[in-house]
Amino acid sequence: MPVITTQELTKRYAQVTALDRLTVQIGSGVVGLVGANGAGKSTLIKILMGLVEPTAGRCDVLGFDPATDGPRLRSQIGYMPEHDCLPADISATEFVVHMARMSGIPANAARERTADTLRHVGLYEERYRPIGGYSTGMRQRVKLAQALVHDPELVFLDEPTNGLDPSGRDEMLMLIRRINVEFGISVLVTSHLLGELERIADHVVIIDGGSLLRSSSTSEFTQASQQLAVEVTSGTGAVTEVLTAAGLDVSVDGRILVVELAGDETYDVVRDAVAKLGHGLVRLEPRRHRIAEVFEGGVAGAGTT
Amino acid sequence: MPEQPDHEPVQPEPGAGPAAGSAPDGATGSAAPSGVIHDIGYRGYNGPRLGRGAIARALFVHNLRGMYGLGRSGRSKVLPFGLFAVMCMPALIMAAIAVVLAQQGLMSQLPVPYSRYAVILQAVTAIFLAAQAPQVVSLDLRYKTIPLYLSRPLERVDYAVAKAGAVATGVFILLATPLVVLYVGALIAEFPVGEHTADFVLALLGAALFALVLSGVSVLIASLTPRRGFGIAAIVTVLALSTAVVSALQGIVGHAEGNMTAAGWIGLFSPFTLVDGVQVWAFGASSSAAAGPPGNGGGAVFALVTLAVIAGSFALLVRRYEKVAT
Repeated sequence: MPVITTQELTKRYAQVTALDRLTVQIGSGVVGLVGANGAGKSTLIKILMGLVEPTAGRCDVLGFDPATDGPRLRSQIGYMPEHDCLPADISATEFVVHMARMSGIPANAARERTADTLRHVGLYEERYRPIGGYSTGMRQRVKLAQALVHDPELVFLDEPTNGLDPSGRDEMLMLIRRINVEFGISVLVTSHLLGELERIADHVVIIDGGSLLRSSSTSEFTQASQQLAVEVTSGTGAVTEVLTAAGLDVSVDGRILVVELAGDETYDVVRDAVAKLGHGLVRLEPRRHRIAEVFEGGVAGAGTT
Repeated sequence: MPEQPDHEPVQPEPGAGPAAGSAPDGATGSAAPSGVIHDIGYRGYNGPRLGRGAIARALFVHNLRGMYGLGRSGRSKVLPFGLFAVMCMPALIMAAIAVVLAQQGLMSQLPVPYSRYAVILQAVTAIFLAAQAPQVVSLDLRYKTIPLYLSRPLERVDYAVAKAGAVATGVFILLATPLVVLYVGALIAEFPVGEHTADFVLALLGAALFALVLSGVSVLIASLTPRRGFGIAAIVTVLALSTAVVSALQGIVGHAEGNMTAAGWIGLFSPFTLVDGVQVWAFGASSSAAAGPPGNGGGAVFALVTLAVIAGSFALLVRRYEKVAT
């Protein structure tokens, strides 16, 4: 059963059309909503929460109509906004307890759930300090905690990796995956970066200019990739020659060598070749087709290989 | 962030004792198993979920406490409680004097009628509102927290009611407590009970009107700016300065030029003289302003304007929150 259904959903503002007859069905699991800035992602989320009224069309979230059943729907969903939204002068614990109560959780349960939730998002002793002194990564975790503290059925995460460094990004993505797999909560997560969502999303919806570009499962986007990404410290050219001589199909993508996988033994061939040439092997990993390539046309036949 | 598999000890909570460590089941050394916190994984919530009304009430209580700095740092309590003490002190002294002098038969009335107390100490109320209304209202604007409220069962109007109601109640507590002190003093001094009870109740009604008008105006002003400093300055200006200007004009028009009717009308233009006019007309209180509302018709106009200010400021507040970005 779909978690979210929209039908011809349209939102026009005075100057712009934010959503243009968007019809899409979104199931449970982790669903990535991808689009450039201004593609209509945030508008869609606000309509789905019943905070903005669509100009035309209808939608259904968890069996509720957001336009008429907003309060009951919103007791079942969590929302992590894109922008900063945390008070500086109180601690994460106080803040999340308050937000739990604002979701209708009684005072005692709110305290208990706050302790649990902050631990799950990875905030420990620092949760007693005022939020004003937190790093971006910690603030993102507090924002995530307030969206989860009332154990919703569905969370909307708007650009949760914004402003994070690469390792913080990875941790946040792992956490989002856990929200679905371990906590059993459906996730709709937006990003303007295709690459990071394909790692965690079961399904990706791409919108552009307010209308649907594509909606399919991540495996459909990224399947059929039988390539290895190889990166060496130096001597890229020499390695390419040796591998080609060994009968492998090699192409160069910046610093990365893309090697068609002939079988498990390809790993050994690459390793031995690099070692024999005396170079360092920085990276040797299976390379999936990036969703981006679907649009760049770089691997036009990705879906059929 | 370390990935924690289920049923493995996790990082101990602060104060959970030493040596809980990473040993499964507390197997190392003599560490008591009680020192180990097991990650029992994610727990869902199946308890009660309160509805819109209860959530709005919780927000109201939260903000009312915020009006007096409760639930915040010790520093934030200093000003509201200090002003509360300043507000109650004169009442306490007057009540004490009344009790002492009444025993010696030297006094048969309170030094000040209940209904005038709020006007006499209006500076305290104005500072209290200027300091505390922005505290309650503009922090959410400054930190852009409002979308988090709106993503929950609350509707915008509930949020506005909870904020405005909390500020009004906070001011009412500030205005009504000294009245209670005076009333108790009057009862101890054995002044006529019936007369005092009636005056006291009417003064409480007056205090409620003062609270609604003053908080309505203050909350609206505070909601217009995320900058607390601007809010403070604007509220002081509107509440305190307007009374000063109105009083001065009333003095000039009423006494220097002898036109008491015109002077009376001028009273419409400051929140304190406005509500004072209603008290004079509706409750028969003695006017604190240089000139009371002109005649019965004038009193009715004061009452209508008062209601319009209360309703209008709330309507504008709701409209303001309609526009706040989600």
